[in-house]
Amino acid sequence: MRRGLDLWMLAAALLAAGALGFPLSAGDLPLSWFDVPAAAVYVALFAALCAWLAGGRAQGLVLGAILSVAAVLGVAVALHLLYDAGAGGQARLGFWLFVFAIWAAVWRGIAAIGSFRSLNRGRQRGVDLLVPLAFGLWLVFLWEAVTVGFGVPQVLLPTPSMIAARFAGSLDILAADFNQTFVKAVISGYIMGCGSGFLVSILVDRVPFLKRGLLPLGNLVSALPIVGIAPIMVMWFGFDWQSKAAVVVIMTFFPMLVNTVSGLAAAGALERELMRSYGAGYWQTLFKLRLPAAMPFIFNALKINSTLALIGAIVAEFFGTPIVGMGFRISTEVGRMNVDMVWAEIVMAALAGSAFYGAMALCERGVTFWHPSYRQRH
Amino acid sequence: MTPLPLQSEPTAPPEPAAGDGRRVVQARDLTLTFQTADGPVYALSNIDLDIEQGDFVSFIGPSGCGKTTLLRAIADLEHLSGGTLTVNGVSPHQARLNRDYGYVFQAPALYPWRSIERNVTLPLEIMGVPRAERRERARTYLDLVNLAGFEKKFPWQLSGGMQQRASIARALCFDPALLLMDEPFGALDEIVRDHLNEQLLQLWSKTGKTVVFVTHSIPEAVFLSTKIVVMSPRPGRIIDVIPTDFPRDRNLDMRETPAFLEVAHRVREGLRAGHSYDD
Amino acid sequence: MTTDALAAPGSRPGWLSRLFAGRGGPIAVVVLAILTLWYAGAVYLNAPGMIDAFEREKRAWSTAELIEGTWSQDRPLLPAPHQVLVEMKKTILDKPITSKRSLVFHAWVTLSSTLLGFAIGTGLGIVLAVGIVHVRTLEKSLMPWIISSQTIPILAIAPMVVVVLGAIGLRGLVPKAIISTYLCFFPVTIGMVKGLRSPDLLQMDLMRTYNASRWQTFWKLRWPSSLPFLFTSLKVAVAISLVGAIVGELPTGAQAGLGARLLAGSYYGQTIQIWSALLTAAALAAAMVGLVGLTERFVLRRMGARP
Repeated sequence: MRRGLDLWMLAAALLAAGALGFPLSAGDLPLSWFDVPAAAVYVALFAALCAWLAGGRAQGLVLGAILSVAAVLGVAVALHLLYDAGAGGQARLGFWLFVFAIWAAVWRGIAAIGSFRSLNRGRQRGVDLLVPLAFGLWLVFLWEAVTVGFGVPQVLLPTPSMIAARFAGSLDILAADFNQTFVKAVISGYIMGCGSGFLVSILVDRVPFLKRGLLPLGNLVSALPIVGIAPIMVMWFGFDWQSKAAVVVIMTFFPMLVNTVSGLAAAGALERELMRSYGAGYWQTLFKLRLPAAMPFIFNALKINSTLALIGAIVAEFFGTPIVGMGFRISTEVGRMNVDMVWAEIVMAALAGSAFYGAMALCERGVTFWHPSYRQRH
Repeated sequence: MTPLPLQSEPTAPPEPAAGDGRRVVQARDLTLTFQTADGPVYALSNIDLDIEQGDFVSFIGPSGCGKTTLLRAIADLEHLSGGTLTVNGVSPHQARLNRDYGYVFQAPALYPWRSIERNVTLPLEIMGVPRAERRERARTYLDLVNLAGFEKKFPWQLSGGMQQRASIARALCFDPALLLMDEPFGALDEIVRDHLNEQLLQLWSKTGKTVVFVTHSIPEAVFLSTKIVVMSPRPGRIIDVIPTDFPRDRNLDMRETPAFLEVAHRVREGLRAGHSYDD
Repeated sequence: MTTDALAAPGSRPGWLSRLFAGRGGPIAVVVLAILTLWYAGAVYLNAPGMIDAFEREKRAWSTAELIEGTWSQDRPLLPAPHQVLVEMKKTILDKPITSKRSLVFHAWVTLSSTLLGFAIGTGLGIVLAVGIVHVRTLEKSLMPWIISSQTIPILAIAPMVVVVLGAIGLRGLVPKAIISTYLCFFPVTIGMVKGLRSPDLLQMDLMRTYNASRWQTFWKLRWPSSLPFLFTSLKVAVAISLVGAIVGELPTGAQAGLGARLLAGSYYGQTIQIWSALLTAAALAAAMVGLVGLTERFVLRRMGARP
């Protein structure tokens, strides 16, 4: 790291110092720094700290730790200004310059922590996790500050705190929707779709004729807007979860088929000849060589499908459901302009989707630990 | 330039002497042609060859001379276009189904998802050997190639030389009487290669197996072999068969002796002759 | 015992596989099989309704009549392929393009927002990827979020985006294009990050021996080696962009677009209309992916890739 003037810290110091020269909010009761002396003192201290650090006094994790504390306090002060001091709705330049000052400090802090290198794998992994986490938290604060500070109408974009409150307040509804959409439709459809795709791909692989005929079509179908069959499935299988599971089956079938077939062709020439030199039969070669070699491809399909399945089930619910389900809730609450409930449902979907994907990725790591993409990481 | 020198046994019967089991490989007038877009490629033409039990035979020649192709034909990994070939008195296809030979490739070709031990026991699993015996044999042969203690490692955690030794253990573990090796040490550096050559010789004299070995290194061929088959390209054919009569327990110092250099010289002459024929 | 030198252990190619050695034959057979299954499925699914209809009229019916009936219902559970084709001909060729009943009109509404979203999303994705490759902190903090955001069913937000933007007066093309943009910039970013990183150490070291600037390294090495990755992600992006536009049309109150046609068809039980909209969407997707594929082949061939 180059010693000398730290431009990000200098920017943070100047922004914080500059903030003190402008009013905090406009409106009927304009707010200036003189109304909130404690906050003004903190901002001044913050500016001084950043100016001191701009000389390169601290590096690496130490700098990161100092800036983390300073930023967390800064965020607390900013939230206090918004909610308690009444800057919300009509925040002015003084407030925003302070936010930008924290932003510069956060950015520098993330860079400082991100450059941390350790031979200790656990420590390195912890730091690698900390950086995006800090960045994500910062984005949530920024969202809160912008929506409250500018007084963005709730219909357009609710604040994170409203969404969190709504989420915590309607856990029973969310649980029912989760059960209907995820547990019933997604899981059953996913298992059936991936399972049948896998079995058909073994068959297709065995019959070269089918491989040449079905594979180009499978590739084509993977690019088609399959969610469009949702209204037809609703018509065939009724309003309940069965029709959503049917959509999920069709959406997950083709990625599995295409990936497994190309995975079965992935074993190398030498490895196959080895099997041949042992006089191994078809099934022995399949189970001892070709399926293990195909595992990275199969898991790729499982991961793609985990996202597709959730999308398929939610979109299919737009075409008709009983009065429960994540897609149903989203479309009806949008109609009633209850946007915070919609966002709570989206948070729910995001959590379910990431957890599903993460579970598949963990299984993948366990099964294909030997693959170069995992080996090189350490 | 004797075009096709044969073994000095004119009475060799076309039928293999299955009874005494001494003739391991026998080729008569063997031809192998690949059909390509640019017309036929004569990979092997008019090959006559006999390999006796306990022989260590090297195929040597420039790239494209068909030495690997000949080895693959013996292993039933290529199909002949003409002539006859028997392995242990039966067709190569039957010999493959009988699991008569162990094959070592240029690359280790270990399966990355199996531990070293489970890689070595792979052929045993396919042949239906019970689990206890598989582990026993893996231990024995990993010991033999000096890999004891590495059973639980995965291939990518081992160096190239260790991986190739593991693949040799894999070829040996079902105890085939014939070992086919296709430039097994070609990708390794010279120090490791010397070391493995010595180990291979010890193994050979300990077990009394028949080894067919493809190489393009003259010292390696002379050091290892009881019989050196010199080959030449376009069309792939045998230029010379050079017997050596060094004792079975050789060491690396032998490579400086006049007798060794003389054989090496003869091999080099043979290779050069094959080339001048080409020009 | 001598070897029969020519006895290949594998089976020799049969007459059928020789006849269909290429791809055309097998594809034709599979398509034919699908069509047959489709007709059979139409008979199976529509027969109960047809029998009811016959019995209501209290008239006797033969099997031939039944089969013919199942292939020509007004609102069948599964329309026969020729019914869908007739409907498509009627709505694509026979109606003037400006008519609200013309499928060409609806397809254009969907296509225009797809293409707009695709263009913006691709640009955004490339810019973001370039930033991530060159700015370490951006990579460390942003890349994990981009990857994990792929696991979120983003499409679920689509109706909300349309309705919310509609509430502040943004209607028509733009909200749908925003959804498409959002959907297609993720695959482009991830593909391009991979592509811009694809030059190996030797190639990068070569640039360093020339003392090439970042800018030069980018244009001479990183950008050309990323193009194959770019086209692969563009194919995904254009397909998902169309899906985004169609889903974005679902909650707009069924005015125009293929998604609106699907929704209207499902409200009124017009299965033939649903299927024709679906087939049009499929053809659109195939055409766009094919177009990207053609461009890819052209560009990569000019860059010396093997055909």
